[in-house]
Amino acid sequence: MDVAQLKRQLFEYTTLLFHEGFLDEQFTQLQQLQDENNPDFVVEVVSLFFDDSERLLNELAKALDQQNTDFKKVDAHVHQLKGSSSSIGAQRVQRVCITFRNYCQDKNVEGCLKCLQQVKHEYSLVKNKLETLFTLEKQILAAGGSAPM
Amino acid sequence: MDRDDVVSWQRRTHDVDAFDSLHPSDTEEAHVLAVDDSLVDRKVIERLLRISSFRVTTVESGSRALQFLGLDEDKSSGHFDESSALREIPVVIMSSEKVLARIDRCLEEGAEEFIVKPVKLSDVKRLKAYMRRDSRESNKSETGNRANANRKLREEEEEEEDNNYDESDLSASSPSPPACSVSSSPPSTSSSCSSFPSSAAALAAMDERRL
Repeated sequence: MDVAQLKRQLFEYTTLLFHEGFLDEQFTQLQQLQDENNPDFVVEVVSLFFDDSERLLNELAKALDQQNTDFKKVDAHVHQLKGSSSSIGAQRVQRVCITFRNYCQDKNVEGCLKCLQQVKHEYSLVKNKLETLFTLEKQILAAGGSAPM
Repeated sequence: MDRDDVVSWQRRTHDVDAFDSLHPSDTEEAHVLAVDDSLVDRKVIERLLRISSFRVTTVESGSRALQFLGLDEDKSSGHFDESSALREIPVVIMSSEKVLARIDRCLEEGAEEFIVKPVKLSDVKRLKAYMRRDSRESNKSETGNRANANRKLREEEEEEEDNNYDESDLSASSPSPPACSVSSSPPSTSSSCSSFPSSAAALAAMDERRL
């Protein structure tokens, strides 16, 4: 595929991600913060998000596995996940976190467990899609195209 | 104003509106201390601030912030220097929470402004314009030294885990009432808040445990 085709593919893919709510305008904001002096900014932030999220999801699984659920702790983790997903524009993850926090407030373990599954699912979807997006960008650069963002 | 000042000002504040009048205090880059327990958010805010020509230091907690400012209780005798210029540091709160009562309380306690997360470039630009206008006004009424001091604008984030952030730390780190510690700030904090459309519509709050 030539550079023009790759770029079109990237554009269409990105548009779809926004359209389906996987990403929101905060992601665009991050892209705008990237320049030739900081060419890997988005990848770096998103990588931090991946690491952070995986840690939080593990903590959540542990916390919800306890006999007496410490809802304050669960809520604190969800709040962090909500915050970081919001900061990179991972809208669907953020939205599940909002519901998740409501279940925490209601001290509803079953609701929390359901949300944990949901948030894990949404997280793996957005991770997958972002990785695809970054791969497309690398292909463009490798094919001699200029930085796509 | 001699040419060197103009050149250095232009070099550092290249994104400033061309119609802005030049002023000696604008040759200093403001130093922002950004406090946030989220690594992702620290990275984002650092970039937002750097791209807006601020010097940035990021720390992960209130106690680290106090350490950085030299205000940690271990070092001091338990008394904080009342005349310290550090008291004049404007504090801006960033939070994802939107509770009206909390934002009001934060303003009453001395916060200059709120930014609702996720923080955007437009939020930082707005702050920058606010600071520039503010430093120009303060230069009219203050004598030399203050104008040339590095002004640090602290942005604080609510932290979810309890750290050793007790009452005395809080009172030392934020400007004391009345709300605006900067001498010639906009008429009142409430009007300055409403003059920033996004912060009026979007409310932020500090965790109640902390206030």
